[in-house]
Amino acid sequence: MLMKLLPAWKELEPGCVVTTPGSSVNYKTGEWRSYYPKTDEDKCIACGMCWIFCPDASRRMVKRKNPKPGDLYSVYFDFNFQFCKGCGICASECPTGAITMVQEQAR
Amino acid sequence: MSHQAVSEKRIGLEVSLAVAEAVKLADVDAIAAYPITPQTHIVETLSEIVANGELNAAYIPVESEHSALSACLGTIAAGARTFTATSSQGLALMHEMLFIASGLRMPVIMAVANRSLSAPLSIWGDHSDVMANRDVGWVQLFVENGQEALDITLSAFRIGEDKRVLLPVMVNLDGFTLSHVVESLIIPDESKVRRFLPPFEPLFRLDPLNPIMIGAIGIPEIYTEARKALDETLTASRIVVDETFAAFKNIFGREYHCIETYRSNDAETILITMGALSGTARLAIDELRSQGESVGLVRIRLWRPFPFDDIRAALGKAKVVVVFDRAISPGGPGGPVASEIRNALYSLEPRPKIVNFVGGLGGRDVRAKEFIEMIRTAKSKADAIDPLLYTMVGVRE
Repeated sequence: MLMKLLPAWKELEPGCVVTTPGSSVNYKTGEWRSYYPKTDEDKCIACGMCWIFCPDASRRMVKRKNPKPGDLYSVYFDFNFQFCKGCGICASECPTGAITMVQEQAR
Repeated sequence: MSHQAVSEKRIGLEVSLAVAEAVKLADVDAIAAYPITPQTHIVETLSEIVANGELNAAYIPVESEHSALSACLGTIAAGARTFTATSSQGLALMHEMLFIASGLRMPVIMAVANRSLSAPLSIWGDHSDVMANRDVGWVQLFVENGQEALDITLSAFRIGEDKRVLLPVMVNLDGFTLSHVVESLIIPDESKVRRFLPPFEPLFRLDPLNPIMIGAIGIPEIYTEARKALDETLTASRIVVDETFAAFKNIFGREYHCIETYRSNDAETILITMGALSGTARLAIDELRSQGESVGLVRIRLWRPFPFDDIRAALGKAKVVVVFDRAISPGGPGGPVASEIRNALYSLEPRPKIVNFVGGLGGRDVRAKEFIEMIRTAKSKADAIDPLLYTMVGVRE
Protein backbone atom coordinates (compact mmCIF):
# COMPACT_ATOMS: atom_id res chain seq x y z
CA MET A 1 0.00 0.00 0.00
CA LEU A 2 2.66 2.51 1.14
CA MET A 3 4.92 1.39 -1.73
CA LYS A 4 2.26 2.47 -4.25
CA LEU A 5 1.60 5.83 -2.60
CA LEU A 6 5.24 6.92 -2.37
CA PRO A 7 7.07 8.66 -5.22
CA ALA A 8 9.27 6.89 -7.79
CA TRP A 9 12.99 7.70 -7.66
CA LYS A 10 12.66 10.31 -10.40
CA GLU A 11 9.91 12.07 -8.44
CA LEU A 12 11.83 12.41 -5.16
CA GLU A 13 12.89 15.95 -4.26
CA PRO A 14 16.69 16.28 -4.60
CA GLY A 15 18.27 15.26 -1.30
CA CYS A 16 14.84 14.05 -0.13
CA VAL A 17 14.11 17.57 1.10
CA VAL A 18 10.66 17.85 2.67
CA THR A 19 9.06 20.99 1.23
CA THR A 20 5.70 20.83 3.05
CA PRO A 21 5.99 22.14 6.61
CA GLY A 22 4.14 20.15 9.25
CA SER A 23 3.70 17.14 6.99
CA SER A 24 4.99 14.76 9.65
CA VAL A 25 1.49 14.72 11.20
CA ASN A 26 0.51 12.56 8.21
CA TYR A 27 3.02 9.91 9.28
CA LYS A 28 1.13 7.77 11.75
CA THR A 29 3.82 6.31 13.98
CA GLY A 30 1.08 4.66 16.04
CA GLU A 31 1.20 1.80 13.54
CA TRP A 32 4.47 0.67 15.17
CA ARG A 33 2.82 0.07 18.55
CA SER A 34 2.52 -3.40 20.08
CA TYR A 35 1.60 -2.23 23.62
CA TYR A 36 -0.70 0.68 24.38
CA PRO A 37 -0.84 2.75 27.58
CA LYS A 38 -4.18 2.08 29.25
CA THR A 39 -4.98 4.93 31.62
CA ASP A 40 -7.18 4.56 34.68
CA GLU A 41 -8.85 7.96 34.83
CA ASP A 42 -9.79 7.49 38.49
CA LYS A 43 -6.12 7.15 39.45
CA CYS A 44 -4.97 10.03 37.18
CA ILE A 45 -4.34 13.25 39.11
CA ALA A 46 -3.77 15.24 35.89
CA CYS A 47 -0.22 16.15 36.97
CA GLY A 48 0.99 16.03 33.35
CA MET A 49 4.21 14.07 34.06
CA CYS A 50 3.37 11.70 31.20
CA TRP A 51 2.77 14.70 28.91
CA ILE A 52 6.20 16.12 29.81
CA PHE A 53 8.06 12.84 29.32
CA CYS A 54 6.29 11.53 26.19
CA PRO A 55 8.95 11.58 23.41
CA ASP A 56 6.29 11.78 20.69
CA ALA A 57 3.91 14.39 22.15
CA SER A 58 1.30 11.63 22.21
CA ARG A 59 -0.19 12.34 25.64
CA ARG A 60 -3.11 14.73 25.66
CA MET A 61 -5.43 16.25 28.16
CA VAL A 62 -9.02 15.05 27.66
CA LYS A 63 -12.30 15.39 29.52
CA ARG A 64 -13.06 12.58 31.94
CA LYS A 65 -15.37 10.03 30.40
CA ASN A 66 -16.96 8.99 33.70
CA PRO A 67 -17.10 12.11 35.87
CA LYS A 68 -18.30 11.52 39.41
CA PRO A 69 -19.44 13.95 42.05
CA GLY A 70 -16.51 15.09 44.18
CA ASP A 71 -13.90 14.62 41.44
CA LEU A 72 -10.90 16.92 41.99
CA TYR A 73 -10.30 17.16 38.25
CA SER A 74 -12.59 17.38 35.25
CA VAL A 75 -9.78 16.15 32.98
CA TYR A 76 -7.21 13.36 32.81
CA PHE A 77 -4.34 12.45 30.43
CA ASP A 78 -4.95 9.87 27.73
CA PHE A 79 -2.89 8.84 24.68
CA ASN A 80 -3.16 9.78 21.02
CA PHE A 81 -3.46 6.40 19.29
CA GLN A 82 -2.33 7.80 15.92
CA PHE A 83 1.18 8.67 17.17
CA CYS A 84 1.81 6.70 20.39
CA LYS A 85 4.53 4.11 19.62
CA GLY A 86 3.93 2.28 22.89
CA CYS A 87 7.35 2.93 24.40
CA GLY A 88 5.98 2.84 27.96
CA ILE A 89 7.84 5.88 29.30
CA CYS A 90 4.50 7.39 30.48
CA ALA A 91 3.67 4.22 32.43
CA SER A 92 7.14 4.23 33.97
CA GLU A 93 6.95 7.91 34.99
CA CYS A 94 3.32 8.07 36.23
CA PRO A 95 3.52 8.84 40.00
CA THR A 96 0.14 7.23 40.79
CA GLY A 97 0.42 4.09 38.70
CA ALA A 98 -2.56 5.14 36.57
CA ILE A 99 -1.01 3.84 33.33
CA THR A 100 -0.66 0.14 32.44
CA MET A 101 0.91 -1.11 29.22
CA VAL A 102 -1.50 -3.56 27.53
CA GLN A 103 -0.74 -5.74 24.55
CA GLU A 104 -2.61 -4.50 21.47
CA GLN A 105 -4.46 -7.70 20.56
CA ALA A 106 -5.83 -7.88 24.11
CA ARG A 107 -7.40 -4.47 23.78
CA MET B 1 53.24 37.41 0.21
CA SER B 2 50.40 39.15 -1.56
CA HIS B 3 47.46 37.15 -2.79
CA GLN B 4 46.22 39.83 -5.18
CA ALA B 5 45.17 38.17 -8.44
CA VAL B 6 47.39 39.17 -11.32
CA SER B 7 45.58 39.56 -14.59
CA GLU B 8 46.45 36.51 -16.75
CA LYS B 9 50.10 36.78 -15.84
CA ARG B 10 52.33 33.75 -15.58
CA ILE B 11 53.80 33.48 -12.10
CA GLY B 12 55.61 30.94 -9.95
CA LEU B 13 53.37 29.66 -7.19
CA GLU B 14 53.20 26.71 -4.82
CA VAL B 15 50.36 24.46 -6.00
CA SER B 16 48.56 24.55 -2.61
CA LEU B 17 48.53 28.34 -2.89
CA ALA B 18 47.21 28.06 -6.44
CA VAL B 19 44.26 26.02 -5.14
CA ALA B 20 43.66 28.72 -2.50
CA GLU B 21 43.80 31.31 -5.29
CA ALA B 22 41.14 29.38 -7.23
CA VAL B 23 38.91 29.34 -4.13
CA LYS B 24 39.38 33.10 -3.74
CA LEU B 25 38.57 33.65 -7.43
CA ALA B 26 35.44 31.50 -6.97
CA ASP B 27 34.40 34.08 -4.37
CA VAL B 28 33.31 31.49 -1.81
CA ASP B 29 31.10 32.56 1.08
CA ALA B 30 32.24 30.04 3.66
CA ILE B 31 35.26 27.88 4.47
CA ALA B 32 35.40 25.45 7.38
CA ALA B 33 38.58 23.43 7.69
CA TYR B 34 41.06 21.74 9.97
CA PRO B 35 44.74 21.71 9.04
CA ILE B 36 46.38 18.40 8.15
CA THR B 37 49.58 17.58 6.29
CA PRO B 38 49.96 17.84 3.29
CA GLN B 39 46.84 19.94 2.80
CA THR B 40 47.61 22.59 5.44
CA HIS B 41 49.00 25.24 3.08
CA ILE B 42 45.67 25.44 1.24
CA VAL B 43 43.51 26.39 4.24
CA GLU B 44 46.34 28.28 5.95
CA THR B 45 46.54 30.53 2.88
CA LEU B 46 42.77 30.86 2.72
CA SER B 47 42.54 31.90 6.38
CA GLU B 48 45.16 34.56 5.61
CA ILE B 49 43.26 35.74 2.53
CA VAL B 50 40.04 36.04 4.56
CA ALA B 51 41.84 37.72 7.51
CA ASN B 52 43.43 40.24 5.13
CA GLY B 53 40.03 41.21 3.82
CA GLU B 54 40.83 39.99 0.30
CA LEU B 55 37.90 37.59 0.37
CA ASN B 56 34.56 38.33 2.03
CA ALA B 57 33.87 34.91 3.51
CA ALA B 58 33.24 33.24 6.85
CA TYR B 59 36.34 31.23 7.83
CA ILE B 60 35.27 28.72 10.46
CA PRO B 61 38.15 27.09 12.36
CA VAL B 62 36.89 23.80 13.80
CA GLU B 63 38.23 21.13 16.14
CA SER B 64 38.19 18.22 13.67
CA GLU B 65 37.51 17.27 10.06
CA HIS B 66 34.22 15.69 11.12
CA SER B 67 33.20 19.13 12.34
CA ALA B 68 34.72 20.83 9.28
CA LEU B 69 32.42 19.04 6.88
CA SER B 70 29.47 19.30 9.28
CA ALA B 71 29.93 23.07 9.39
CA CYS B 72 30.17 23.11 5.58
CA LEU B 73 26.80 21.32 5.36
CA GLY B 74 25.32 24.05 7.54
CA THR B 75 26.67 26.88 5.41
CA ILE B 76 25.56 25.18 2.17
CA ALA B 77 22.08 24.65 3.64
CA ALA B 78 21.96 28.40 4.22
CA GLY B 79 22.85 28.95 0.56
CA ALA B 80 26.56 29.80 0.89
CA ARG B 81 29.18 28.75 -1.65
CA THR B 82 31.38 26.50 0.49
CA PHE B 83 34.89 25.05 0.38
CA THR B 84 37.00 22.79 2.55
CA ALA B 85 40.17 20.78 2.14
CA THR B 86 41.64 17.74 3.83
CA SER B 87 43.91 14.75 3.55
CA SER B 88 44.37 11.16 4.72
CA GLN B 89 43.28 10.72 8.36
CA GLY B 90 41.23 13.89 8.01
CA LEU B 91 39.29 12.48 5.08
CA ALA B 92 38.82 9.28 7.07
CA LEU B 93 37.44 11.26 10.01
CA MET B 94 35.02 12.98 7.61
CA HIS B 95 33.81 9.63 6.29
CA GLU B 96 30.22 9.62 7.59
CA MET B 97 29.70 13.27 6.69
CA LEU B 98 30.82 12.56 3.11
CA PHE B 99 27.74 10.37 2.61
CA ILE B 100 25.51 13.05 4.12
CA ALA B 101 26.85 15.75 1.76
CA SER B 102 25.99 13.68 -1.32
CA GLY B 103 22.76 12.23 0.10
CA LEU B 104 21.47 15.72 0.89
CA ARG B 105 22.76 16.93 -2.52
CA MET B 106 24.94 19.64 -1.01
CA PRO B 107 27.70 20.79 -3.38
CA VAL B 108 30.59 21.30 -0.97
CA ILE B 109 33.81 21.63 -2.96
CA MET B 110 36.81 19.94 -1.37
CA ALA B 111 40.47 19.65 -2.27
CA VAL B 112 42.13 16.45 -1.06
CA ALA B 113 45.94 16.42 -0.96
CA ASN B 114 46.20 12.66 -1.27
CA ARG B 115 48.15 10.88 1.44
CA SER B 116 48.51 7.36 2.82
CA LEU B 117 46.72 6.12 5.94
CA SER B 118 48.23 4.94 9.24
CA ALA B 119 49.45 2.42 10.37
CA PRO B 120 52.39 2.56 10.02
CA LEU B 121 52.23 6.31 10.42
CA SER B 122 52.99 7.96 7.11
CA ILE B 123 52.46 11.55 6.06
CA TRP B 124 53.50 10.89 2.46
CA GLY B 125 51.52 10.58 -0.69
CA ASP B 126 49.45 7.84 -2.31
CA HIS B 127 45.77 7.37 -3.15
CA SER B 128 44.72 5.25 -0.13
CA ASP B 129 42.65 8.07 1.38
CA VAL B 130 40.40 8.75 -1.60
CA MET B 131 40.08 5.07 -2.57
CA ALA B 132 38.67 4.27 0.87
CA ASN B 133 36.07 6.96 0.08
CA ARG B 134 35.34 5.91 -3.47
CA ASP B 135 31.68 5.09 -2.88
CA VAL B 136 30.53 8.19 -0.99
CA GLY B 137 28.61 9.57 -3.97
CA TRP B 138 30.87 12.55 -4.74
CA VAL B 139 32.14 13.69 -8.13
CA GLN B 140 35.86 12.85 -7.93
CA LEU B 141 38.59 14.32 -10.14
CA PHE B 142 42.37 13.77 -10.18
CA VAL B 143 44.76 16.47 -11.34
CA GLU B 144 48.33 16.20 -12.57
CA ASN B 145 49.89 19.65 -12.30
CA GLY B 146 49.49 23.06 -10.69
CA GLN B 147 47.61 24.75 -13.51
CA GLU B 148 45.20 21.86 -13.60
CA ALA B 149 44.76 21.97 -9.81
CA LEU B 150 43.73 25.62 -10.10
CA ASP B 151 41.57 25.18 -13.20
CA ILE B 152 39.81 22.03 -11.99
CA THR B 153 39.11 23.57 -8.57
CA LEU B 154 37.37 26.46 -10.36
CA SER B 155 35.52 23.99 -12.59
CA ALA B 156 34.45 21.93 -9.56
CA PHE B 157 32.26 24.78 -8.31
CA ARG B 158 30.48 25.04 -11.67
CA ILE B 159 30.02 21.24 -11.90
CA GLY B 160 28.81 20.69 -8.35
CA GLU B 161 26.49 23.69 -8.16
CA ASP B 162 24.77 22.98 -11.49
CA LYS B 163 21.08 22.32 -10.74
CA ARG B 164 21.28 19.04 -12.69
CA VAL B 165 24.08 17.87 -10.37
CA LEU B 166 23.97 19.49 -6.90
CA LEU B 167 26.60 17.08 -5.65
CA PRO B 168 29.79 17.61 -3.69
CA VAL B 169 33.02 17.52 -5.69
CA MET B 170 36.43 16.23 -4.57
CA VAL B 171 39.54 17.53 -6.34
CA ASN B 172 42.41 15.12 -5.70
CA LEU B 173 45.98 16.34 -5.91
CA ASP B 174 48.93 14.19 -4.88
CA GLY B 175 50.31 15.19 -1.49
CA PHE B 176 53.78 16.83 -1.55
CA THR B 177 54.78 15.77 -5.08
CA LEU B 178 52.07 18.10 -6.36
CA SER B 179 50.71 20.06 -3.38
CA HIS B 180 54.11 21.36 -2.26
CA VAL B 181 55.90 22.06 -5.53
CA VAL B 182 56.27 25.52 -7.03
CA GLU B 183 55.08 25.66 -10.61
CA SER B 184 54.81 28.26 -13.31
CA LEU B 185 51.11 28.91 -13.83
CA ILE B 186 48.55 31.40 -15.06
CA ILE B 187 46.18 33.02 -12.57
CA PRO B 188 42.91 33.54 -14.48
CA ASP B 189 41.48 37.02 -14.88
CA GLU B 190 38.69 37.71 -12.39
CA SER B 191 36.25 39.01 -15.00
CA LYS B 192 36.65 35.78 -16.96
CA VAL B 193 36.02 33.79 -13.78
CA ARG B 194 32.79 35.74 -13.21
CA ARG B 195 31.69 34.81 -16.73
CA PHE B 196 32.61 31.15 -16.20
CA LEU B 197 31.18 30.74 -12.72
CA PRO B 198 27.70 32.18 -12.05
CA PRO B 199 26.68 32.91 -8.43
CA PHE B 200 25.54 29.88 -6.43
CA GLU B 201 21.76 29.56 -6.59
CA PRO B 202 20.72 26.65 -4.38
CA LEU B 203 17.55 24.75 -5.18
CA PHE B 204 16.58 24.80 -1.50
CA ARG B 205 17.90 26.89 1.34
CA LEU B 206 17.06 27.22 5.02
CA ASP B 207 14.69 30.16 5.24
CA PRO B 208 12.34 30.81 8.19
CA LEU B 209 9.74 32.30 5.82
CA ASN B 210 9.68 29.19 3.64
CA PRO B 211 10.27 26.29 6.01
CA ILE B 212 11.65 23.02 4.64
CA MET B 213 13.15 19.95 6.27
CA ILE B 214 16.61 18.75 5.31
CA GLY B 215 17.79 15.37 6.56
CA ALA B 216 14.53 13.57 7.26
CA ILE B 217 14.53 9.82 7.92
CA GLY B 218 14.43 7.53 4.87
CA ILE B 219 12.23 4.59 5.78
CA PRO B 220 12.80 1.29 3.89
CA GLU B 221 10.08 2.34 1.40
CA ILE B 222 12.13 5.49 0.50
CA TYR B 223 15.83 4.62 0.94
CA THR B 224 16.10 2.42 -2.17
CA GLU B 225 14.64 5.18 -4.36
CA ALA B 226 16.98 7.74 -2.76
CA ARG B 227 20.06 5.62 -3.54
CA LYS B 228 18.87 5.01 -7.10
CA ALA B 229 18.37 8.77 -7.56
CA LEU B 230 21.89 9.45 -6.23
CA ASP B 231 23.48 6.90 -8.58
CA GLU B 232 21.56 8.18 -11.61
CA THR B 233 22.35 11.82 -10.78
CA LEU B 234 26.05 11.14 -10.27
CA THR B 235 26.24 9.14 -13.51
CA ALA B 236 24.38 11.88 -15.41
CA SER B 237 26.67 14.58 -13.98
CA ARG B 238 29.13 13.43 -16.66
CA ILE B 239 27.26 15.66 -19.16
CA VAL B 240 27.79 18.68 -16.93
CA VAL B 241 31.49 17.83 -16.52
CA ASP B 242 31.87 17.83 -20.32
CA GLU B 243 29.88 21.08 -20.67
CA THR B 244 31.98 22.71 -17.96
CA PHE B 245 35.25 21.71 -19.64
CA ALA B 246 33.91 23.06 -22.97
CA ALA B 247 32.95 26.37 -21.33
CA PHE B 248 36.35 26.48 -19.64
CA LYS B 249 38.07 26.13 -23.00
CA ASN B 250 35.92 28.88 -24.51
CA ILE B 251 36.67 31.35 -21.75
CA PHE B 252 40.20 30.48 -20.63
CA GLY B 253 41.58 28.63 -23.66
CA ARG B 254 42.81 25.59 -21.73
CA GLU B 255 41.35 22.23 -22.68
CA TYR B 256 40.41 19.40 -20.33
CA HIS B 257 38.69 16.07 -20.87
CA CYS B 258 37.49 13.26 -18.61
CA ILE B 259 40.45 11.17 -19.74
CA GLU B 260 43.66 12.36 -21.41
CA THR B 261 45.31 10.24 -24.09
CA TYR B 262 48.98 10.56 -24.95
CA ARG B 263 50.42 8.80 -28.03
CA SER B 264 47.87 6.03 -27.42
CA ASN B 265 45.71 6.13 -30.58
CA ASP B 266 47.63 3.38 -32.40
CA ALA B 267 49.40 1.93 -29.38
CA GLU B 268 49.45 -1.83 -28.79
CA THR B 269 50.33 -1.35 -25.13
CA ILE B 270 48.68 1.36 -23.08
CA LEU B 271 49.66 2.49 -19.59
CA ILE B 272 46.94 3.90 -17.32
CA THR B 273 47.69 6.36 -14.54
CA MET B 274 45.94 8.92 -12.35
CA GLY B 275 47.41 12.01 -10.76
CA ALA B 276 50.84 13.62 -10.65
CA LEU B 277 52.92 10.53 -11.52
CA SER B 278 51.42 10.73 -15.02
CA GLY B 279 54.10 13.28 -15.94
CA THR B 280 56.81 10.75 -15.13
CA ALA B 281 54.87 8.07 -17.01
CA ARG B 282 54.85 10.31 -20.10
CA LEU B 283 58.66 10.40 -20.03
CA ALA B 284 58.65 6.60 -20.08
CA ILE B 285 56.28 6.57 -23.08
CA ASP B 286 58.52 9.01 -24.98
CA GLU B 287 61.60 6.91 -24.24
CA LEU B 288 59.91 3.69 -25.42
CA ARG B 289 58.46 5.41 -28.50
CA SER B 290 61.94 6.65 -29.40
CA GLN B 291 63.01 3.00 -29.35
CA GLY B 292 60.20 2.20 -31.79
CA GLU B 293 57.84 0.55 -29.33
CA SER B 294 54.09 0.93 -29.82
CA VAL B 295 53.11 2.36 -26.43
CA GLY B 296 50.84 5.14 -25.17
CA LEU B 297 49.35 6.60 -22.02
CA VAL B 298 45.80 7.12 -20.83
CA ARG B 299 45.36 9.32 -17.79
CA ILE B 300 42.04 9.24 -15.94
CA ARG B 301 40.99 12.69 -14.74
CA LEU B 302 37.37 11.91 -13.87
CA TRP B 303 37.23 9.00 -11.41
CA ARG B 304 33.56 9.38 -10.39
CA PRO B 305 31.37 9.19 -12.39
CA PHE B 306 33.69 6.67 -14.03
CA PRO B 307 34.05 7.36 -17.79
CA PHE B 308 33.36 3.80 -18.99
CA ASP B 309 32.69 4.74 -22.65
CA ASP B 310 35.86 6.83 -22.97
CA ILE B 311 37.89 4.01 -21.46
CA ARG B 312 36.43 1.45 -23.90
CA ALA B 313 37.06 3.77 -26.85
CA ALA B 314 40.62 4.54 -25.76
CA LEU B 315 41.68 0.99 -24.81
CA GLY B 316 39.49 -1.22 -26.99
CA LYS B 317 42.10 -1.74 -29.71
CA ALA B 318 45.09 -2.24 -27.42
CA LYS B 319 46.58 -5.69 -26.86
CA VAL B 320 47.93 -5.06 -23.39
CA VAL B 321 46.72 -2.54 -20.81
CA VAL B 322 49.08 -1.77 -17.94
CA VAL B 323 47.27 -0.26 -14.96
CA PHE B 324 49.31 1.61 -12.37
CA ASP B 325 47.61 2.01 -8.98
CA ARG B 326 48.74 4.15 -6.03
CA ALA B 327 46.49 2.22 -3.62
CA ILE B 328 45.66 -1.38 -2.87
CA SER B 329 42.48 -3.19 -1.90
CA PRO B 330 43.95 -5.62 0.66
CA GLY B 331 42.70 -9.15 0.16
CA GLY B 332 41.01 -8.06 -3.05
CA PRO B 333 41.89 -7.84 -6.72
CA GLY B 334 44.96 -5.56 -6.39
CA GLY B 335 44.49 -1.89 -7.21
CA PRO B 336 41.12 -0.14 -7.42
CA VAL B 337 41.82 1.44 -10.83
CA ALA B 338 42.65 -1.95 -12.33
CA SER B 339 39.39 -3.27 -10.90
CA GLU B 340 37.44 -0.57 -12.72
CA ILE B 341 39.34 -1.12 -15.97
CA ARG B 342 38.52 -4.86 -15.84
CA ASN B 343 34.86 -3.91 -15.37
CA ALA B 344 34.97 -1.51 -18.30
CA LEU B 345 36.63 -3.94 -20.71
CA TYR B 346 35.11 -7.31 -19.72
CA SER B 347 32.25 -7.08 -22.24
CA LEU B 348 34.60 -6.40 -25.15
CA GLU B 349 35.49 -9.27 -27.49
CA PRO B 350 38.41 -9.54 -28.00
CA ARG B 351 39.58 -7.59 -24.99
CA PRO B 352 43.06 -6.46 -24.03
CA LYS B 353 45.11 -8.32 -21.42
CA ILE B 354 45.15 -6.32 -18.21
CA VAL B 355 48.30 -6.21 -16.09
CA ASN B 356 48.19 -4.43 -12.74
CA PHE B 357 51.06 -2.77 -10.88
CA VAL B 358 50.70 -1.21 -7.45
CA GLY B 359 53.34 1.32 -6.45
CA GLY B 360 54.17 4.77 -5.21
CA LEU B 361 52.73 3.83 -1.81
CA GLY B 362 53.35 6.05 1.21
CA GLY B 363 55.40 8.52 -0.84
CA ARG B 364 57.83 6.07 -2.45
CA ASP B 365 59.10 7.53 -5.68
CA VAL B 366 58.34 5.89 -9.02
CA ARG B 367 60.78 6.89 -11.74
CA ALA B 368 60.46 6.79 -15.52
CA LYS B 369 62.74 3.75 -15.71
CA GLU B 370 60.37 1.87 -13.41
CA PHE B 371 57.42 2.69 -15.66
CA ILE B 372 59.52 1.42 -18.60
CA GLU B 373 60.20 -1.79 -16.67
CA MET B 374 56.48 -2.20 -15.88
CA ILE B 375 55.52 -1.79 -19.53
CA ARG B 376 58.25 -4.20 -20.71
CA THR B 377 57.30 -6.83 -18.13
CA ALA B 378 53.62 -6.52 -19.06
CA LYS B 379 54.34 -6.80 -22.79
CA SER B 380 56.53 -9.86 -22.48
CA LYS B 381 54.54 -11.71 -19.85
CA ALA B 382 50.94 -10.55 -20.47
CA ASP B 383 49.80 -14.08 -21.40
CA ALA B 384 51.51 -15.66 -18.43
CA ILE B 385 50.32 -13.14 -15.83
CA ASP B 386 47.25 -14.13 -13.85
CA PRO B 387 44.92 -11.16 -14.36
CA LEU B 388 43.81 -11.42 -10.76
CA LEU B 389 47.32 -10.94 -9.47
CA TYR B 390 49.09 -7.65 -9.18
CA THR B 391 52.78 -6.81 -8.91
CA MET B 392 54.04 -4.51 -6.16
CA VAL B 393 56.58 -2.18 -7.74
CA GLY B 394 60.02 -2.21 -6.10
CA VAL B 395 59.00 -4.23 -3.06
CA ARG B 396 61.85 -5.97 -1.21
CA GLU B 397 61.19 -9.72 -1.29
